[in-house]
Amino acid sequence: MTAVTAGDAPAPTPAPVPDGRRRNRRAREISGQAGWTVLGWVVGIGFFIPVLWMVVTAFKPESAAETWPPKFTFSPTLSEFRLVFNGMDPYIEHSAIATVGSTIVVLVLALPASYALSIRPVGKWRDSLFFFISTKMLPVVAAIGPLYVIALKTHLLDNIWLLIILYAAMNLPLAIWMLRSFMLEVPSEMLEAARLDGAGRIREITEVIMPVVSPGLVSTGLICIIFAWNELFLALNLTVTNAATMPMFLISSVPQEGLYIAHLSAAATVASVPVIIVGWIAQRSLVRGLSMGAIK
Amino acid sequence: MSGVRYVGASRVYTKGASPAVDALDLDIKDGEFMVLVGPSGSGKTTALRMLAGLEPLDGGRIEIGGRDVSDVEPKDRDIAMVFQNYALYPSKTVAENMGFALKMQHVHKDERDRRVREAARILDLDDTLLERKPKALSGGQRQRVAMGRAIVREPSVFLMDEPLSNLDAKLRVQTRSQIAELQRRLGITTVYVTHDQVEAMTMGNRVAVLSGGHLQQCASPRELYDNPVNQFVAGFIGSPAMNLQTATLTDGGARLAGAVIPLAAPVRAAAARDKLTEIVLGIRPEHMHLTTGAGPTADSAAPAAPTGPELSAAVLSGEVLLVEELGADALLHVRLADDGGAIVARTEGRKSPAPGQRVAFRVQPDDVFAFNPATGARLAG
Repeated sequence: MTAVTAGDAPAPTPAPVPDGRRRNRRAREISGQAGWTVLGWVVGIGFFIPVLWMVVTAFKPESAAETWPPKFTFSPTLSEFRLVFNGMDPYIEHSAIATVGSTIVVLVLALPASYALSIRPVGKWRDSLFFFISTKMLPVVAAIGPLYVIALKTHLLDNIWLLIILYAAMNLPLAIWMLRSFMLEVPSEMLEAARLDGAGRIREITEVIMPVVSPGLVSTGLICIIFAWNELFLALNLTVTNAATMPMFLISSVPQEGLYIAHLSAAATVASVPVIIVGWIAQRSLVRGLSMGAIK
Repeated sequence: MSGVRYVGASRVYTKGASPAVDALDLDIKDGEFMVLVGPSGSGKTTALRMLAGLEPLDGGRIEIGGRDVSDVEPKDRDIAMVFQNYALYPSKTVAENMGFALKMQHVHKDERDRRVREAARILDLDDTLLERKPKALSGGQRQRVAMGRAIVREPSVFLMDEPLSNLDAKLRVQTRSQIAELQRRLGITTVYVTHDQVEAMTMGNRVAVLSGGHLQQCASPRELYDNPVNQFVAGFIGSPAMNLQTATLTDGGARLAGAVIPLAAPVRAAAARDKLTEIVLGIRPEHMHLTTGAGPTADSAAPAAPTGPELSAAVLSGEVLLVEELGADALLHVRLADDGGAIVARTEGRKSPAPGQRVAFRVQPDDVFAFNPATGARLAG
């Protein structure tokens, strides 16, 4: 139990050797934790800074917008927002209709589908599930040609219904997977108890399954809203004016002649607000729903 | 009136595999409390679910009140079930939970409320609890709500699937007697599944011991304890478990730990018929009496053993390995002399010997069971 002192002090100090080692370890722990915390903040802020810049730029007049390095001191103005609010009218309406419409269709279809894949599985349910997810494996770029031709022949080009149908098709596999994972959480004993109590299939769904699954239903709906709202590729290629959506309004701020950065920032901020609100409301159930889909 | 009969009932999960329940024949009288007991995988829960209609039958039939219900939907069998995890509906209040089945039967609201309140009264559930949701209740309260949900239906048969296993030990003991008393009062035929043989013994009018899908023995608790029909039942019923040791047959008995345990003539005859050289001896821990002498000499408590046509007691000696204090009793883990194996003996707590001490036990021949080592069947004595 001899003390290992560093060089100069020859006089043996009695107690603190084991304490000192413990103190060192503790200090290392704290600095380790502090290091990770700092790193976490740095990365988080790093991801957030572009968004912050976008929001700040939205309040700048166009002339002051495109500067490098970016100015954070300026006199804020709502002129760009005013332009955006004036110009976005049909776009935001179309986005809302396409988003809400497609989400309703998705939920109406996904509920019975996920029921048939979880609580009372049909034969070959594994194959069905795989088929659903395989539709997401096809790059939409490959499908756009045939989709355009179909839309043309059915006279659905530049029609909001086309977007509703396509967004529903786009979100349906994800919704089925998510709802299925929520339905699998319903304890089988509860379903058996309902069966013994005399609940038929409808009652089983409305009285037993829905109350348990409803948070999952909400978060699935919110995820579908987010994806439909942000979708650009299909809207860009299959619509022009009658069904143009917000993402298209955003890229209209990027014309050939030049970059209207402030206008773009303002439009992007306005376009992001609904999605941010939705995500904020649903954050906890979103994480739960997505991670459960991974586990099951 | 509402007896239950399993007639050759079978359930096979995968074709070719051994059945989960193999041609079960069981007759449950009206108003009887029948306990199905056995280790995991014995088929007891499957048998209960077959009665409930939650599992289809792959053979045989099931009758409730003389009516063949093998193809009848669960809701039409006039049964009610208490699940192991209670299976309460989390979004409904206690009152709604208990009244749900009645609502499905289109019973009028007033009648529903009356029956719910009556069941709550029987179960000592406070009226204030009726408007709460299950998540605001304790485990014991939830268990009572689950029972209330069954009682409210006034069925012909109660089915209970290990309803006490989620309660802590003390609550379990308390609730056990409450359930038994409740059943006596209501007089409804009850089929109760448990893996705990103490529950089985204390609650059942009769107990059916199952193992590997087969019924081993169905009898009153006393009969199971005193007259197990095979090695499995003997080792399963009774706590701590019966000591089972292989012993070689000799003249007049079997040799264990250097001593000869006398066996009655019919037992020896049965062993000879089966051409056995070894048998399995079963002695319950409570039948191993600590003795001071090496022979059948009386210690202070035991009377003089009668001689003559009666068999004399045998003495087994050994060394104490471990003492488990239970308070009133102590359990001695003893290694028997002459490589006789390890056994457990129950003695009075206050006078228990210490580990390492040499001890001797006196065993009355009447307390000794003999089993066929190959089949496990009891050699009739």
